[in-house]
Amino acid sequence: MNRIVIAVTLSSALALSACSRQPPEITPDPPQDVMTTPTPTATPTQAMGPQPGSQGHFTSAMMGADTIYFDTDRYNIDNDDAVALRRQAEYMLQYAGSTATVEGHADERGTRDYNLALGERRANAAKNYLVSLGVPGERLRTVSYGEERPVATASNQAAWERNRRAVTVMISR
Amino acid sequence: MKTLGILTAFVMLLSAPAAAQNSDLDPAGVGQQETPAATAEQDPDDGPLRGTVTDDSAWQDLGIAIAAFATNDNVPTPANASGTEALGLELSRIVYNDLRFNGLFRPVGPDALPRPTYPQITAPAWNSWRGRSAEMLVHGYVRANGDGRLTVGCYLYDVALQSELERAGWVVEPSQWRRAAHRCADLVYSRLSGEQPFFDSRIAYIAETGPKDNRVKRLAIMDSDGANHRFITNGQSTALTPRYSPDYSRIAYLSYTDGDPRIYVYEIDSGRQTLVTQSSNPTFAPRWSPDGQHILYSMAIAGNTDIYRISASGGGTPVRLTDSPSIEVGGSYSPDGSRIVFESDQSGSQQCYVMNADGTGQRRITFFGGRCATPEWSPRGDQIAFTHIAGDFRIAVMTPQGQNMRTLTNAWHDEGPSWAPNGRIIQFFRTERNSGDTSIWQVDLTGENERRLRTPVGASDPAWGPVLP
Repeated sequence: MNRIVIAVTLSSALALSACSRQPPEITPDPPQDVMTTPTPTATPTQAMGPQPGSQGHFTSAMMGADTIYFDTDRYNIDNDDAVALRRQAEYMLQYAGSTATVEGHADERGTRDYNLALGERRANAAKNYLVSLGVPGERLRTVSYGEERPVATASNQAAWERNRRAVTVMISR
Repeated sequence: MKTLGILTAFVMLLSAPAAAQNSDLDPAGVGQQETPAATAEQDPDDGPLRGTVTDDSAWQDLGIAIAAFATNDNVPTPANASGTEALGLELSRIVYNDLRFNGLFRPVGPDALPRPTYPQITAPAWNSWRGRSAEMLVHGYVRANGDGRLTVGCYLYDVALQSELERAGWVVEPSQWRRAAHRCADLVYSRLSGEQPFFDSRIAYIAETGPKDNRVKRLAIMDSDGANHRFITNGQSTALTPRYSPDYSRIAYLSYTDGDPRIYVYEIDSGRQTLVTQSSNPTFAPRWSPDGQHILYSMAIAGNTDIYRISASGGGTPVRLTDSPSIEVGGSYSPDGSRIVFESDQSGSQQCYVMNADGTGQRRITFFGGRCATPEWSPRGDQIAFTHIAGDFRIAVMTPQGQNMRTLTNAWHDEGPSWAPNGRIIQFFRTERNSGDTSIWQVDLTGENERRLRTPVGASDPAWGPVLP
C-alpha cells in the first residue's frame, strides 16, 4: 500500500512538473526539483496510473523527450538531443531499477542495409550519451529498426525528419 | 542432389517423337543421360544468329511462332486436370510468356496459331508457317510415361531454311512440369541471342502487406516467372534481404524473430534455421560466396558496422574483413570469388569499394556524382549493378573499375539490384512515394525493356538465384 502511494505521488508530480514549464533551454532541472513539485491533484483513475519505470510512466514523464532526432545520415548528439537525453538519464537514475531499449531508426530515403547500420549508430550514440551521464550501460540495450518502423508515413522532408530518430523505451519487468 | 533426379535432361537422338515414344516401354531408359551427340555435332559456324542481346535490336523483330505442344495420347496427368493435351498448351504458353516478357522478342503465341499434330512436331508444315511470316518456329510435345513422369520435347526451327536449329528433351516429375517449359524457353533464348540461359531459375523476395507504419514482411520464394509461389515465414516478425544459396538448398535472410535483427540460414527441405553466427550483436546484409562455401555478413558492434565472413557450413570463427569506424556493409563477390565489392561511408557518404576476398587491398571505385549503394557483381564479372542515389534512387551499372556508369531506371525510388543468372537482366524493387507500396521490376542492360513482375502482394528485396541444377 505504501508503495502505491509513493508511486502515485511520483507519477503525478512528474507529469505536472513536465506540464508546468517549457522544456529547459540548456540544462534540465536536477531530479530533486521534480520531487519538490506540488502534491497530486489528479483524479483517482489517473492517480492509479502507470508504475514508475514502466513505459507509460516514462513517456508521460518525458513529454516527448523520449525521442531524439537526427539529420540525414548523421548520428551526432546536438543540443536538443542532449537536453532530451539528460531528462532520460535523470529518470533512469531516479528509478534505479529501470531498464530501457534505445531504438534507432532511419527514414525511407536510404537503402535497407545501410539504414540498419545507421539505426545501430543512432541507438548507440544515444546510449553512449546516457552512459556518459551515469546510466549504467547494462541497463540499456539497443536495437536498430532501420527504416522498418516509421512514425510519419508521408514521403516528405517533415516526415523524414520525424523518422530519423532514436527512441528510448522502458523494458517492462 | 535431389533436384538432379527430378529433372533429367537428355538429347533426343531420334528424329521422330513417334520413335521416341517407344521408350515409354523402357522405364529403365527414362531419365538416363544419353550421349549428347546431337549438340556436339553442330556446325562450327552454326553459332548465335545475330548480334548480342544488348546492342543489336534488328533481331528483336524476328518472327517467332510458338505453337501449342502436341501429345501422342491425351491421358490424365497430375500436372493438368484436363490431361496431356491441355498440358501441352500450357507448356507452350509458358515458353511464349517467358520470351515475350523478356522484351527481346515479339513472339506469336499458341492461342493465335493453329495447333500442330503430333507427327508435325518433327515435320513442320513449312508452307503454313511461311505464310504466317514466321521466321522461327518453336514446336514441342509432352508425353506421359508409364512411371508417372512426363517427357517434354522442344524443337526450334528456321522456317526459311526449313531446318532444325535446336532440340532437347527432359523427363520431369509432374510437379516440375513448368521447369521443362522454362528449359525450352532457355533453349530458344540462348540459341537466338548467344547468351546464357536464365528462365529456369528461382527468386527469393520479401512479400509486403499492411499499412506503411505497420508493414508485415514475409520471406517468400517463386519461380522466375512468378509461378510456384510460396510463403516461408508467417509474418509475425519482420523478414528482410533474403539470398538464395547457389545450390538453392538454403536461404540466408534477416529476421527480427528474437527481437533483434539477425541473419538466419533457412534450410528449404527441412524448414530448420540457424543463426549465421552465435553473437549477441545484430547481423544483417547476408551474401553467399559464388561457391556456396562462405557467407558474408555485416555486424554492428557498439554501433560500428563492419563486414565479416564465415563458413556456410556452420561453426567456425568469423573473419573480420573491414576494420574502420565508418559503416561498411553488404558486399558481393566477383564470380571467381577473388574480390568483393561493398559499400562504405568512410568518405562521408555511401560509396562503393573493392577489396580482395581476404579483406586486403581496399580501395574506393566510385567517384561520380551521387552515392553508390547495394553493389552487386554480375555473374559474368563484367559489370557491377548498384543503387545510385542522387536525389532519386536509380538502378545503375558500371565496370568493376567504377567506369562507364549508366543508369538503367528512372523512378522515385528504385533499390536493391539482383542479377539474372546470365548477367543480362537486373531485378530490383520500386517503392512508391507516400504509399510506400513496393513491387519487383526487371530491366535489361539497355535500360529499355523494363517490366513489373506479378506478385500476389507487395514485393521487395528480390534475390535471383542461379540456373537450377
